[in-house]
Amino acid sequence: MSEWIDIGEMDAIPRRGARVVKTAAGCVAIFRTEADEVFALDDRCPHKGGPLSDGIVHGKSVTCPLHNWVFDFDTGRCTGPDEGAVAVYPVRVENGRILIDAARLRARIGEAA
Amino acid sequence: MAEKLVVIGAGMASGRMLEHLCEGDPDRYSVTLFGEEPRGNYNRIMLSPVLSGEKTYEEIVTHDADWYAANRVDCRFGEAVTRIDRDRKVVVSASGETPYDKLLIATGSSPFVIPVPGSKLDGVVTYRDLDDTNAMIAAAGSGRKAVVIGGGLLGLEAAAGLQARGMDVTVLHLMGHLMERQLDEAAGYLLKAELERRAIRVHVLANTHEIQGKDRVTGVRLDDGTVYPADIVVMAVGIRPNVELAKSAGLACGRGLHVDDAMVTSDADILAVGECVEHGGTCYGLVAPLYDMARVAAQTLLGQDAAYRGSITSTKLKVTGIDLFSGGDFSDGEGREEIVYRDPGAGVYKRLVLVQNRIVGIVLYGDTADGGWFFGLLKDGTDISDMRDTLIFGPAYAGGSPLDPMAAVAALPDDAEICGCNGVCKGTIVQAIGAGATDLDAVRTVTKASGSCGTCTGLVEQVLALTLGDAFQAPAARPVCGCTDLTHEEVRRLIKSQDLKTMPAVMQACGWKTSCGCHICRPALNYYLLSDWPLEYRDDPQSRFVNERHHANIQKDGTFSVVPRMWGGITTPDELRAIADAADKYSVPTVKVTGGQRIDLLGVRKEDLPGMWADLNAAGLVSGHAYAKGLRTVKTCVGTDHCRFGTQDSTGLGIKIERRLWGSWTPHKVKMAVSGCPRNCAEATCKDVGVICVDSGFEIGVAGAAGMDVKATEPLAKVATEEEAMELIVAFVQLYRENAKYLDRPYKWVAKVGMDWVRERVVEDAENRADLVRRFDLSQSVYQKDPWAEHAAPRMRPSYRPLADLTLEAAE
Ligand code: SRM
Ligand SMILES: Cc1cc2nc3c(=O)[nH]c(=O)nc-3n(C[C@H](O)[C@H](O)[C@H](O)COP(=O)(O)OP(=O)(O)OC[C@H]3O[C@@H](n4cnc5c(N)ncnc54)[C@H](O)[C@@H]3O)c2cc1C
Ligand code: SF4
Ligand code: FES
Repeated sequence: MSEWIDIGEMDAIPRRGARVVKTAAGCVAIFRTEADEVFALDDRCPHKGGPLSDGIVHGKSVTCPLHNWVFDFDTGRCTGPDEGAVAVYPVRVENGRILIDAARLRARIGEAA
Repeated sequence: MAEKLVVIGAGMASGRMLEHLCEGDPDRYSVTLFGEEPRGNYNRIMLSPVLSGEKTYEEIVTHDADWYAANRVDCRFGEAVTRIDRDRKVVVSASGETPYDKLLIATGSSPFVIPVPGSKLDGVVTYRDLDDTNAMIAAAGSGRKAVVIGGGLLGLEAAAGLQARGMDVTVLHLMGHLMERQLDEAAGYLLKAELERRAIRVHVLANTHEIQGKDRVTGVRLDDGTVYPADIVVMAVGIRPNVELAKSAGLACGRGLHVDDAMVTSDADILAVGECVEHGGTCYGLVAPLYDMARVAAQTLLGQDAAYRGSITSTKLKVTGIDLFSGGDFSDGEGREEIVYRDPGAGVYKRLVLVQNRIVGIVLYGDTADGGWFFGLLKDGTDISDMRDTLIFGPAYAGGSPLDPMAAVAALPDDAEICGCNGVCKGTIVQAIGAGATDLDAVRTVTKASGSCGTCTGLVEQVLALTLGDAFQAPAARPVCGCTDLTHEEVRRLIKSQDLKTMPAVMQACGWKTSCGCHICRPALNYYLLSDWPLEYRDDPQSRFVNERHHANIQKDGTFSVVPRMWGGITTPDELRAIADAADKYSVPTVKVTGGQRIDLLGVRKEDLPGMWADLNAAGLVSGHAYAKGLRTVKTCVGTDHCRFGTQDSTGLGIKIERRLWGSWTPHKVKMAVSGCPRNCAEATCKDVGVICVDSGFEIGVAGAAGMDVKATEPLAKVATEEEAMELIVAFVQLYRENAKYLDRPYKWVAKVGMDWVRERVVEDAENRADLVRRFDLSQSVYQKDPWAEHAAPRMRPSYRPLADLTLEAAE
């Protein structure tokens, strides 16, 4: 069962930028692309924990600020030669507000516990 | 029904065998792969760069979960096979019995531990797998002591890696010179000297008596009484093939597991490859022969005729900055002749051992470029009589052809080996290039050449250059990134000539292949646009690297550092108090004096940045741009105010320069210094711009460097007044801003355009100089502002905070 909760307005995130949402199991990065699509991924790079929300957003991907691994927003997977992936969470935009699936976030806390 | 193939050991040999097998006939076998290590196949030889910190484990994995899944390999990692029941054709492991039709044994070898007292103490490690490597990394630390027992290939790579991690390292070696199996004495000596130059102690003829310590090692004592204190001891004295399992199953074994030319053991359904086998009386300890075995084993399993005939091996040491190559047999002996070449100044030593005009042994130190060519002659048994006089100088001289760096590669025959790790010869690479692999990455993907240790990358590039001729994209003319085919220079020219004033305009006009660029091109374009159109273009924070977006340096743990400006290195008690207060208030873990005459507050949380900046601003401090491709510091000495040698007010001039130039963005960072006299206490002669004050005025030098390269400045001009000095400096910086490629420091850019070109525009042509200064000031009218003040404003603060806090919500 999905359970959508409001986390804020889309315009609080710059185009090709990101903000984070704090959860009990660490931060989730909310990205907004040039084309106003919104995605939510774990904020911790699997390489050495870099904050993906501080990376450069291009197309539907972000480059980690620490050592330039690139992650695809649709799959959470690292593209190119590096291997690794972060979790992706369902988000929607309704009337300019961003909604995230709380059920999935809780499942994540369960995993982290 | 597919036949059942069970593989014991997920190492380098079995990984390669499985690749060949799956390429050959993916459906023939259903494969179960047992590995004692709790992980899949990885490139073991690259543990050394992992140890030294040059690579991460993730970068050396050769087969990942996807690969196993795609090839339907049933993986049992972390599970050792404990018994083979040949009668019932099953292997036994923790999870029970697994039946096989064919069995492949690839159990590798184990490090040998010399059984001296103390060898079982905590802190004594071997060097074989990732766990060993991680144990060493964990034990490493600045100032801690390591003793490596064994001065062979593995021991020296361990020593270099630990030294790179800041440890104080001693190598103990039983024999008279290092790597005695691969090197002759002369080369062993050069190697020892080089290691000692790097502060690695080498003790030869060292017989270990005991390892000291109660629960943990504390030191190593030698037979001669010498004691070396140690926090960690690495044993790298040799390896022993892992054959217990095979032996207990009744398979024929000597030192290793016996196999025939088809890689079949004494049981027709059991094959073996890798370091655990003995073929023709020889056990191997390098990957090239194992890869040959892997190919043959795969062919045998696929029912094809194939034979392995043994290998002649060559060795390289994977220690950055040490060039060493050896191959064949280079011992002295009857009927053997040698040709030796030495260049003491350059530290080069080359020796070829000949028997009846054929090369049988090669040792090269310091210059290994011709290693592949010599090794080819050795393997082919070529008669070298008619090139004997010039042989040692390599293929460039052979047959009297003129000296040309490319000639060496051109002269290689098609079957000359280029990549030793993967056994790839020149012909294979040339073929791959012919079939469309026209750059290094493509060649690497298709042939695997340079894909393992990478030392042959240069050679592969030369083969590319030779084969493609003009079509080869020389590294110098590389496009900005994968989004475009244009170079930085071309893009810069188009931005100006076509009046391109926005990023979408540039991408459109230049035919970008992506929608909104990438992390490589966007920061460059953002810089070119803001420097060329200061009034029209609006800086794009989303196209800046995090440091320039948040105006602080990101740290490895995601926190930031804050460095306020201290004009010319001058500060006041009030500023120091404000810095101390901020450090207290925001619980800054580290306060450090930087190399740039100011103070760094390290480890600040992102959320605290705006608050801290506001506090610092209140005390009159502004951003020091320690994160910027822009003006960093102007270092000064005390000058005439205090120093008995000072000729001019160097501190005052430094402050004036910093006040005029701060806030300007440049292609790369710019650092300056002013020294009050030629004693040069401000180190002005290795800066991007440096001024030396003399009685008669100011000597201005530019294009120095003291980072990854070290280079003295080149004189730009000498002038009589501060005003003239300022004007020249500003004009030089503006010329750099308008023309250099993004991420070229001034010294790199000047090397491309030439000092004369620069002097002409900045010094000789007064009108041009004035224009440059005018354009710089125009840009400053927009960009000289404190970003901290802007970002500390209430409007900007939220962007440093989370969008929402669900810590409570989602935990309900
Ligand atoms: C803080 C400081 C070290 C210190 O504790 O003293 C420092 C710290 C860093 N330096 Fe440096 N450099 C510092 C003085 C230097 C100096 C010495 C100097 O300026 O007098 C040099 C050699 C001179 C030079 O610039 O060439 C220096 C050469 C480099 C280089 C190599 C540049 C090159 O072109 O060769 C880099 C890498 C780069 O910029 O690409 C670098 C990069 C870095 C970075 C930004 C690494 C990074 O990308 O994260 C470090 C940031 C640490 C942080 O989080 O704050 N740092 N760095 C010094 C700050 C000076 C200041 O007050 O602004
Ligand atoms: C640090 C280092 C640097 C090196 N550098 C070079 C170099 O530069 N050039 C070069 O040519 N060679 C180099 N070598 C040597 C090279 O790595 C080996 O020759 C090669 O890995 C051997 O391959 P293998 O498959 O036979 O054995 P391994 O790669 O050792 O694989 C054997 C695997 O079998 C597993 N195993 C053993 N027994 C069992 C069992 N009963 N059940 C299940 N699994 C089992 C082991 O855990 C191991 O993972 C280096 C080695 C090291 C350690
Ligand atoms: S970049 Fe500079 S500060 Fe960072 S580790 Fe290297 S030398 Fe030290
Ligand atoms: S931490 Fe993300 S790339 Fe290294």
